Amino acid sequence: MDRVPILKISDILLVSIQGDLDDHAVLTLQEDLADRVVATGALGVIIDITAVEIVDSFVGRMLSTIAGMARMLDAETIVVGMRPAVAITLVELGLSLGGLRTALDLEKGIALLSRPGPEPAVTDDMSPVGQ
Amino acid sequence: MSQPPRVVAPAEELTIASNDEVVIVRQKVRATAIELGFSLVDQTKVVTAASELARNTLVHAGGGHARIEVLDNGHRRGLRLTFADNGPGIPDLQLALTDGWSSGGGLGLGLSGSRRLVDEFELDSEPGRGTVVTVTKWTR
Amino acid sequence: MTVQENTSRHHIERLLRDNEDGILDRWVQISNEPLLGRVNESETRRELHEIYRVLLQSLSRPEAASELRGLLAELSRNRARQGFTPSETAVSVYGLKEAVYELIGAEQEGDEQALRGFIWLSRTIDGLGLYTFEAYSAARDKIISDQTEQLLELSTPVVKLWEGIVSVPLVGTLDSARTQVVMEKLLQTLVDTGSEYAVIDITGVPAVDTQVAQHLLKTVMAARLMGAHCVISGIRPQIAHTIVTLGIEFGDIVTKATLADALAYALRKSGVEVVNKRRTRLAIRAEEA
Repeated sequence: MDRVPILKISDILLVSIQGDLDDHAVLTLQEDLADRVVATGALGVIIDITAVEIVDSFVGRMLSTIAGMARMLDAETIVVGMRPAVAITLVELGLSLGGLRTALDLEKGIALLSRPGPEPAVTDDMSPVGQ
Repeated sequence: MSQPPRVVAPAEELTIASNDEVVIVRQKVRATAIELGFSLVDQTKVVTAASELARNTLVHAGGGHARIEVLDNGHRRGLRLTFADNGPGIPDLQLALTDGWSSGGGLGLGLSGSRRLVDEFELDSEPGRGTVVTVTKWTR
Repeated sequence: MTVQENTSRHHIERLLRDNEDGILDRWVQISNEPLLGRVNESETRRELHEIYRVLLQSLSRPEAASELRGLLAELSRNRARQGFTPSETAVSVYGLKEAVYELIGAEQEGDEQALRGFIWLSRTIDGLGLYTFEAYSAARDKIISDQTEQLLELSTPVVKLWEGIVSVPLVGTLDSARTQVVMEKLLQTLVDTGSEYAVIDITGVPAVDTQVAQHLLKTVMAARLMGAHCVISGIRPQIAHTIVTLGIEFGDIVTKATLADALAYALRKSGVEVVNKRRTRLAIRAEEA
């Protein structure tokens, strides 16, 4: 399996995982990403797993590790496009992927990166629109 | 009541000696699960379990074998996977099935997690004699 | 069978044959009485006439007994399906006793032969009545199990409440198989519609067991992994009690009392503001694109 390509769009690194990666390729991707975050000074990493049919504990750990490393390098990681069957299986497996931010698709992931904090900042006050 | 399950298709034997072969096990298991008409969620669950168990075989015992069988119990069909190795074995089965316990530096969810993904789970191991894990998933 | 019994039996058979029209008229009348016009009289007459005919046959030919049972089962099924009570159904059969008794009372009072014959007939009809009741309850069970199946087949719809907000209103008893199917459908809808908020409304769920509560929890967690948020609304006090008693940890899952509260919450979270303008109209503006 070839290396997973890492694309850079302004200050975001984009990784789109296609097909079934073996464990070695997973570890390679993890290292490559850390290197690229440092080299580019990217502020965000988006990992698109729309095409991934299974996420086992090894891949799950890779995702958490990438997020942890990126955070130390001052970049935010967002995993996008997880399939329902994959999400259900991960929950059953007992993997909560704590600390990982997720979005339904690439567009929402990018939008999430531009918002601060682990949760979209929403307050309860109903101030008039546009203020 | 269901009859005792019988094997309806010739078993497929696969060697697990490298990362590539773990991928092959995953693909074969998925192909068989699709053939049996498993739902998408059940396919994903059984392939994930296969991936965990195949990796265990590779990481803890340095390799082994996987067997894929199709079962029939009279009204449902099942997929039975057997992972066997001649590795060091597991000294404490109870402990090995506990969430978060790991000997290989993983998340410790391989055995306990895959047990939750299948319908039947059997673990047979003795230190020095190797390990056999058998899991079965039935169609809904 | 003693000779005496045999004679009484022939006596009553003859009585039934000779007075067919009269007895049948009275029988139809008696069995329709409690039904208060809920059935068509000619329909009842047709059914009872058929039963009468086969009953007469069965007195002389035991082989006809199975045909008689078939007719009674058919009658019971129809009555059960039309929503009649067991006693209303049983009257249809026992009415024959009444009709015959009236006839004997009017024409052959004091005739020992006739009375003995009537007692014999009465026993036979009692047996048939019991059979009718069994057939009735079997038919009822069938109706209930069919309805249960239909209820399960009625797929629970996942509805769009707003752009980016979907809801699944759960109604009826949840078993874990059904919950699983519904939840998979909900998660798929999140992907298909790009919705970030899902409201699981359980107002119509009478009770929740540990397994179902676990499925709900797992769904919320799975949705979270996919990048969406779930709100559970309409938790009844009893269910809240069960969940707490069972020690199920709902943790930081957002729960709201009503579907309306949940919608308001999801709207606010997705940056939509609902403003009460001139008291009657609702003006809605999105805060951001």
